[in-house]
Amino acid sequence: MKFATAIIVGAGQSGLAMSWHLSTRSIDHVVLERGEVANSWLKERWDSLRLLTPNWQSRLPGYAYSGDDPDGFMTMPEVVRFLHQYASLSRAPIVTGARVTRVRQQEAGYEVETNLGAWRCRKLVIATGACNLASIPQLAAGLPARVASLTPLQYRNPGLLPDGGVMIVGASASGIQLAREIRAAGRRVVLCVGEHVRLPRTYRGRDIQWWMDVIGAMDVRYDTMEEDIERARRLPSLQLIGTPERVTVDLNSLGKAGVELVGRVVGLADGKAQFSGSLANLCALADLKMNRLLSSIDDWVNASGLAQQFPAPHRFEPTDVGSQTRIGLDLNDAGIGSVIWATGYRPDYSWLDVPVLDRKGRIRHDGGIVPAPGIYVMGLPFMRRRKSSFIDGADDDAADLAAHLGHNLNRAAA
Amino acid sequence: MGERKARKSRVRRFTNPLTSDLSPKENEMTITTSARAKVNNGVNVDALLGARTALEQAPEAAQFKWRASCEWVNGTHSRSAIGSFFGLGAEQSRNKTFTVEADHPQVFASEDSAPTPVELVLSGLASCLTAGVAAIAQRRGIQLHSVRASLEADMDIQGILGIDDEVRNGFGAIRVHFDIRADASEDDIKALVAQSQRRSAVFDIVTNPTNVFVTAN
Repeated sequence: MKFATAIIVGAGQSGLAMSWHLSTRSIDHVVLERGEVANSWLKERWDSLRLLTPNWQSRLPGYAYSGDDPDGFMTMPEVVRFLHQYASLSRAPIVTGARVTRVRQQEAGYEVETNLGAWRCRKLVIATGACNLASIPQLAAGLPARVASLTPLQYRNPGLLPDGGVMIVGASASGIQLAREIRAAGRRVVLCVGEHVRLPRTYRGRDIQWWMDVIGAMDVRYDTMEEDIERARRLPSLQLIGTPERVTVDLNSLGKAGVELVGRVVGLADGKAQFSGSLANLCALADLKMNRLLSSIDDWVNASGLAQQFPAPHRFEPTDVGSQTRIGLDLNDAGIGSVIWATGYRPDYSWLDVPVLDRKGRIRHDGGIVPAPGIYVMGLPFMRRRKSSFIDGADDDAADLAAHLGHNLNRAAA
Repeated sequence: MGERKARKSRVRRFTNPLTSDLSPKENEMTITTSARAKVNNGVNVDALLGARTALEQAPEAAQFKWRASCEWVNGTHSRSAIGSFFGLGAEQSRNKTFTVEADHPQVFASEDSAPTPVELVLSGLASCLTAGVAAIAQRRGIQLHSVRASLEADMDIQGILGIDDEVRNGFGAIRVHFDIRADASEDDIKALVAQSQRRSAVFDIVTNPTNVFVTAN
């Protein structure tokens, strides 16, 4: 059986950043990757998807975007190339094609079974990502058999969808992007809107990610928040899209484009969907939260004395859902041929045979430190910082956790 | 809802209102304990948060059963009694049983001896949202001076009279307007009302479908 002091599972941005930090600490390790580097980015994303963060924000330890379009948004092939280059420049000790099938606790460490044989390690870093599986609500079972049911992990482009209208469930980043492009392809689109986080792509002449970066919003730590961190971690993804035109896609723009906005799906039986009457309130909440963020940006600008450098503050149109929102839809009458469940993602820990999951199947951790000796997790939403699940968040988290890991190794050795 | 019942139900409904705040200033904006102590809306936030923490560890104790019984009086007049309920893993009794009467107005050829049931639904929604506003304001350190909710609901009674099957029996729409005086900005007041809807049981009951099982004898 092969041995490494530390095993990192997954060679995406998190695994590669952790590998870099372990290397700088001379901690012997191996990165096990089920497919190839950046596998999820390569195989589990739709064709038109671009990163939601600008190129300049693709920063990893010892490495950053150096092209001539810092304000652009990478396509998926570009993300894959970016991470491949990083893997080769950082000389990460990656074993590709090694799918981990089981991890068990062993004396003073773990046994990691893979299709390429077993490893033993003392420390385990789970860097398999937060989006391995689509979360689909239970009521999906009530969908009529003739209506196709798919998730954003399977969706590629409008042309590959079954004929007919499309009901998209969920209006976070995935849902609004799919609604936009499927509607632009001439399909009827019904978008079911639950809780969402509305953000403009740009504000006062800068990208919203630039603002959140400079005002320190992305660096807010999990252990400095007085409020319940678990709720912050469950916050839906930002309503953003990365396009060369830097467009803002929100419920107003989708409505103008002919996307029908309805409330959260709360019933699905006998070929009929029922929608919650709470749509207006969820939109009001999202508008209020967006304006609170814009106010904090304005406050930062005023406090910095740089107000002259930016266009004047302004506010965006409140979300208009009208007063005639439908609360029911006969899928057959409406010609709905497919439903896309853009209802979020969750990690896959089916291979982890260590009792560290809570009753909802989430991994328990304190800022990435899992309550089992020597296990760490990376890349989860707001894991240590608001940016933890972003490419730009991998460096700081990996640095912290590598320090913790190294400290524990030294203590064990002493 | 009686006062005691409202408090108990808030134990389940109430969760931290500030958590999903995107603002990077949330630490600065969070009201300090001393500032919070000066605000008194008559809501024991610490007890509610304590209950929340306890119930996170014991989700089975969060399973409540609410009850009401109703006796026909005469005509469309009826009287409901609301007493015990189940929660926190045990039967919960009260010092008294509350009664709520309902009837229909004279335009329905009734005696008008009490509000109509649909008006009681509006009252339930208003009370639930108002209780939420008070609790969330307390949590956010906002002193309330007055809270007044006005409600109006549309109904096409061709539904209940069986004139047109395509017209539903219930409300076509409900409109709620809050007039709130408080030591807070307009946006903060709007946020109170929005968060109250997000955490309201009755708001959920009227906006989402519920399975109903009715038996006889």
